[in-house]
Amino acid sequence: MRLAALIISFLCQKSLNKVRDTSNMNIIEMTIHELHSALKSKKLSSLEATIAILERIKAVEPKVSSFITVTPEQALASAKNADEQIASGHCNLLTGIPLAIKDIFLTEGIRTTCGSRILENFIPPYSATSWEKLRDRGAVLLGKLNQDEFAMGSSNECSAYGVTRNPWDTTCIPGGSSGGSAAAVAAGEAIATLGTDTGGSIRQPASHCGCVGLKPTYGRVSRYGVIAYASSLDQVGPMTRDVADCAAILDAIAGYDPKDSTSVNMPVPDYSASLKEGVKGLKIGLPKEYFIDGLDPDVQKTMTEAIETYRRLGAEFIDISLPHTDYAVATYYLIATAEASSNLARYDGVRFGHRAEAGNLLEMYTKSRSEGFGTEVKRRIMLGTYALSSGYYDAYYVKAQKVRTLIMNDFIKVFNDVDVMLTPVAPTPAFKIGEKINDPLQMYLSDIFTIPVNLAGTCAMSLPAGFSANGLPIGLQLIGKPFDEETILRAGYAFEQATEWHTRKASI
Amino acid sequence: MKYQPVIGLEVHVQLKTDTKIFCGCSTQFGAEPNSQTCPVCLGLPGALPVLNKKVVEFAIKAGLSTNCSITPRSIFARKNYFYPDLPKGYQISQFEDPICQHGWLDIKVEGQEPKKIGITRIHMEEDAGKLVHGELSGSGDGSGVDLNRACTPLLEVVSEPDLRTSDEAVSYLKQLHGIVTWLGICDGNMEEGSFRCDANVSVMPIGSEKLGTRAEIKNVNSFKFVKQAIEYEIQRQIDLIEDGGTVIQETRLFDPNSGKTRSMRSKEEAHDYRYFPDPDLVPLVINQEWVERSRQELPELPDKRQQRFIDELGLPLYDAEVLNGSRVLADYFEAGVAAHGNAKLVANWVMGEITRALNDSGTSIEFSPVTPSQLAELLKLVDKGTISGKIAKTVFDEMWKSGKTPGAIVEEHGLVQVSDCSAIEGIIDEIMAANAGQVEEFRGGKEKVFGFFVGQVMKASKGKANPSVVNELLINKLKG
Repeated sequence: MRLAALIISFLCQKSLNKVRDTSNMNIIEMTIHELHSALKSKKLSSLEATIAILERIKAVEPKVSSFITVTPEQALASAKNADEQIASGHCNLLTGIPLAIKDIFLTEGIRTTCGSRILENFIPPYSATSWEKLRDRGAVLLGKLNQDEFAMGSSNECSAYGVTRNPWDTTCIPGGSSGGSAAAVAAGEAIATLGTDTGGSIRQPASHCGCVGLKPTYGRVSRYGVIAYASSLDQVGPMTRDVADCAAILDAIAGYDPKDSTSVNMPVPDYSASLKEGVKGLKIGLPKEYFIDGLDPDVQKTMTEAIETYRRLGAEFIDISLPHTDYAVATYYLIATAEASSNLARYDGVRFGHRAEAGNLLEMYTKSRSEGFGTEVKRRIMLGTYALSSGYYDAYYVKAQKVRTLIMNDFIKVFNDVDVMLTPVAPTPAFKIGEKINDPLQMYLSDIFTIPVNLAGTCAMSLPAGFSANGLPIGLQLIGKPFDEETILRAGYAFEQATEWHTRKASI
Repeated sequence: MKYQPVIGLEVHVQLKTDTKIFCGCSTQFGAEPNSQTCPVCLGLPGALPVLNKKVVEFAIKAGLSTNCSITPRSIFARKNYFYPDLPKGYQISQFEDPICQHGWLDIKVEGQEPKKIGITRIHMEEDAGKLVHGELSGSGDGSGVDLNRACTPLLEVVSEPDLRTSDEAVSYLKQLHGIVTWLGICDGNMEEGSFRCDANVSVMPIGSEKLGTRAEIKNVNSFKFVKQAIEYEIQRQIDLIEDGGTVIQETRLFDPNSGKTRSMRSKEEAHDYRYFPDPDLVPLVINQEWVERSRQELPELPDKRQQRFIDELGLPLYDAEVLNGSRVLADYFEAGVAAHGNAKLVANWVMGEITRALNDSGTSIEFSPVTPSQLAELLKLVDKGTISGKIAKTVFDEMWKSGKTPGAIVEEHGLVQVSDCSAIEGIIDEIMAANAGQVEEFRGGKEKVFGFFVGQVMKASKGKANPSVVNELLINKLKG
């Protein structure tokens, strides 16, 4: 009701053109490029598009729960502003495009929870660099998307704000931790979204929800203003309806940020420019450790067909090996949790966030954190604290760092022989809500194919490649050389041109 | 049984940079609480540290001045613990691979040969904030956190356990204090905590090879307290052992009011800091070129300068030491020598008249109203015989008060020295006539009376008569 009233009050402002009937334009399924051309040719206004998507959000949120916070006031105001820009001839690709971002990105003046109770009332005084870059190009913010608490989870069941449901089958998880970001794209609740990926948190939900998700190379996109989970692994990336949109968002957010010492100061290519160069002669590696016996038959079949498609397009396949793959999950859960145990120490109730009533300082710390953090977050803080503690540090943290180096070396070696690698994103399609929540180890294994990429620090993309017998989307993963996002985008684009998987829509 | 104390010091040096170590906030002391903060030093979610280059330059200078090697690739680490003044729940510090390692300082204690004290390491870190208890405006009996100081740059200088007495410890501290203030990287203010010290103290039976269990004494904030705290702690440990007890590893706090140390926390209660490399900061790479550039920029250190004053300027050790008491004093002296030429004469004046005037007016040398070139000008008037050395002191006082040049003062007050023989002879004749009795005494062999006549002549000439002319004429006349 509040949303409807707001839209009406906006439409009543005399300065606005009359909103046209846009019901035949299918705004909610448009890509960035499609909407951009509609905006530029004045077939649509940003306000019309924004209203259409806000209405869609209102209609499907009860079923999907992609959002933690919807920001209609800000969205309508930015859309109006974008329309003025477009009218005065200042229109870039993102001007007036309604986007939504994971609730891990700080947004000045807009509540940012990171999916946690402990930040339930946290209104940040500054914004993340990656969001600022989109905003400065005229993008319209629809709201903040649901996620596993502090990005710890593979199913979105670890959010303090309820589980997001998979738009293809609402009894299934959307994947995680950027589950809201994937579901919103799939359910027509945003033209594109931003997520973050620490162990697969962009690629796995993209695969489960049938959208494109890119994890750039570590250091390619600024982490400033992104709530840290595991600082040496976290990376920001786009989640979109097609590869061209993915390139467009990466064009906007990539680059050195003086506020992030780990962002890399090197030239950023024009990712959109080289998309159409094809894959003829491209050397694609198939790591044998990723095509295991336990792979779901539908996933197996999807991979086989994808390989066939690439062969037809002229790519060459090479069998390769990444021998330390088996150790990746264990290594990840030592390094990521160690960093997390330290990164999450600042949530102590002293300066911001949830503070419990208590009689003394120690009790205040203990109660605030006990009440504010969920089970999975507590589990990882304990794991990480243990891995770093005196007497165990060498056996766990140091050892894990050494194995990480071995895993990185596996990748470096393989990339001497191949241009990209093709693998499954996840061993199975989306599983049922509740299926793995009480078995953390099974849950951790759902990231088995995505985690090594974060440990190696390189880039990878998930794109729609087929469907299971039950009609659930299945993605394929293209892994690229460090800072060579161009090649995986080009390979993804070629696949997309040759298939129609990305055009299928969830019926919700 | 006799005991050998063993002492090691950990000194925190607050660096005099304009901005903090990991953000652009001001480091100015005494501002409104929490007015000099930003997302980074407040430890807000999503904020990331960016290293201040100036801090690295200061650390390199400190390392080079204490004979350390500069680590080509040093690492920042997180030291994890909870306290309300520590916004992130960890302090960014260095653990493995600190920026400076394996240095030493020469210390001199009166009556002892100079001694080499090892420096284990110097590392960079951020300071914590400050807690304010009670009497807070608006918060009743609560405690407040002021994060203006959070993220202020510090160097921690860790010595080897090479010190054996409280005097050696104080000498080491003074030497280090001299270096960091000399380099201009620390204001050296111990009361405001810009230079603070923790002392590790243990005792072992003389002749033993095995070090005793140590106690760490926290925050001893003056040279005097360091001496007191160490002496108290040594005696406490000896008494404990003599009484059949054992020293336990613990952290102790020095109470300046009682002069005693008391237990703060035992080893069992000590934090497990869970150090690990900070993933938000990349390794700090310092190439040889950077080190050499810093070496070129180093001011001459007190030790070397002192030796040069002895070898090249011919000063006695005492003078060289006093004049190297601070870098500005030594600079003043050298500017004076450059303008005048006679090092010993300038030294006498700087250590004499200048120091007295500074003490009397309570100012320090950098605010001296008489510049080194003005001092040289004054001394040149003495050299030329324009004024006497005695009159020069009068002129100096006037220069100090009025800021006028010595030439102007001499002219204005008619202070030019009288060397004209006939004028002085006239005065001598008058004095001799008026004091016939003393003339007789002198001639009768009582030569001590000579001084009386010199005094009378100088008095009559209002100090302007040239003393050597007076001496020569007087002796001739008296001997008749």
